[in-house]
Amino acid sequence: MEPEYKMSSENLDFHYGDFKALHNVSIYFKPCEVTALIGPSGCGKSTFLRCLNRMNDLIPISRVAGKVTLDGDDIYASAVDVAMLRRKVGMVFQKPNPFPKSIFDNVAYGLWVNGIKDKAFVRERVEESLKQAAIWDEVKDRLQDTALGLSGGQQQRLCIARALAVKPEVVLMDEPASALDPIATQKIEELIHRLKETYTIIIVTHNMQQAARVSDVTAFFYLGKLIEVGDTDTIFTRPKKKQTEDYITGRFG
Amino acid sequence: MANRRQTTEKAMRAMFFVITTASIAILFLIMFFLFKEGLPIFKTVSVKDFIFGKYWYPTSDPADFGIFPLIVASVAVTVVSGAISVPLGVMTAIYLSEIAKPKVGEIVKPVVELLAALPSVVIGFFGMVLVAPFLQQVFGIPTGLNLFNASLMLAFMSIPTICSISEDAIHSVPNALREASAALGATQLQTIVRVVVPASLSGISTAVILGLSRAVGETMVVLMVAGGAAMLPGSLFDPVRPMPASIAAEMAEAPVGGEHYYALFATGIVLFVFTLLFNIVADFIAHRYAQVGDATL
Repeated sequence: MEPEYKMSSENLDFHYGDFKALHNVSIYFKPCEVTALIGPSGCGKSTFLRCLNRMNDLIPISRVAGKVTLDGDDIYASAVDVAMLRRKVGMVFQKPNPFPKSIFDNVAYGLWVNGIKDKAFVRERVEESLKQAAIWDEVKDRLQDTALGLSGGQQQRLCIARALAVKPEVVLMDEPASALDPIATQKIEELIHRLKETYTIIIVTHNMQQAARVSDVTAFFYLGKLIEVGDTDTIFTRPKKKQTEDYITGRFG
Repeated sequence: MANRRQTTEKAMRAMFFVITTASIAILFLIMFFLFKEGLPIFKTVSVKDFIFGKYWYPTSDPADFGIFPLIVASVAVTVVSGAISVPLGVMTAIYLSEIAKPKVGEIVKPVVELLAALPSVVIGFFGMVLVAPFLQQVFGIPTGLNLFNASLMLAFMSIPTICSISEDAIHSVPNALREASAALGATQLQTIVRVVVPASLSGISTAVILGLSRAVGETMVVLMVAGGAAMLPGSLFDPVRPMPASIAAEMAEAPVGGEHYYALFATGIVLFVFTLLFNIVADFIAHRYAQVGDATL
């Protein structure tokens, strides 16, 4: 039987050294839905996002307790190959971070590290990914140029294309539009709309209008705790918790 | 008040300008002197015979001023020492900044840099009294003072430079790139080989060239352990006489204004051209492959 949820976290605790950044977070993500994680700075939403592809493993003093599953399997189990996990759970970062390589090589990178060498296949997948990320028309004539010559918005869409090229099942986005201007932001949001047909998307955002525009489900974090999670419409119109209401109406945070 | 401040400002600028001009002028004067004392040898020997002549017998009668064996010796010790020091230095740098726990790096890096503080005469002494007899015994060769010993000692001298500058370059690669690579399912080794090292290649190249140019110009070590025979080496274990060693050893005996004296300065010119080339290449690489954005060295 297919699990009903693509990913889940159950009673997840996270520590940075002595500081407990996440308290007992349990949340379930349905396939092909966009979930927005909102909350004031330092509430743990980015930390939580980075637990979902074990990005926090790179921080030496961190510690995780509880369970995170992908298709029902615990991703923190000792037998899990972290590189394989991250191929299935892709990530787009807050600040565009293209490699100092050509546009083509940036997108092809994920394929190379996965051992795909067939050049025709790589070329096809690069084109497909750039088209999916709605940047193909802007870069198709200069695929060999350095990616660092692109504008911020273009770089971010390139980073999305790069993440899509390895065909992940889940895409994590950590405030992907926070460093971009409104037009570039709009493009990214339209992109998210189209991507959710194929991917399960979890997006951290500071911008509540953005959360309302792009997501199906919204989760509100505060001080390392998951306060409330529900349909985006409900959260924004009839939140159950007072803290959620205060936050979305701008009374704090 | 404002006027006085402006005057001070102007005076300060003038002072800095004069100091800068003086230091550069002195360096140019040294260069001028080098050429003035070196070029007269070409009245006796043609440039071609000087550089490609196979015999260096400056005190015979008639004297032979062919520095080809010295050039080959310099190139050989540099290449061999580079073959030892570049892999060791760069890999140590990668280990320290990418793989080792931060605490290990914090302790080991200063220790490596401390190695750079070892006076070259001490390294030469070590090569002479410890490494030379060891080589002689193990390989059954007539002398332990040879090309290989000199290269080994020079490698020890360049490793700290190569390691320390490479480490800085690798360290300055933004973490965002490592995370991006990891998020695409790359292993740590793939991230190092395909992202971190290429992104810091200009810094690493600069490190390598600075390390090698230290080996080219180094005098004391080669004087002590290279063996000093001005002949073309046939094997790694033949004694050689690199250019700096030749100049240092013979300068005291060469009568000022004599042909030998001029020949030694001319050797200095050749050596200068070598190190100049190294520095130009280093500069070129640093600009050509300049790291961009946060990664700028």
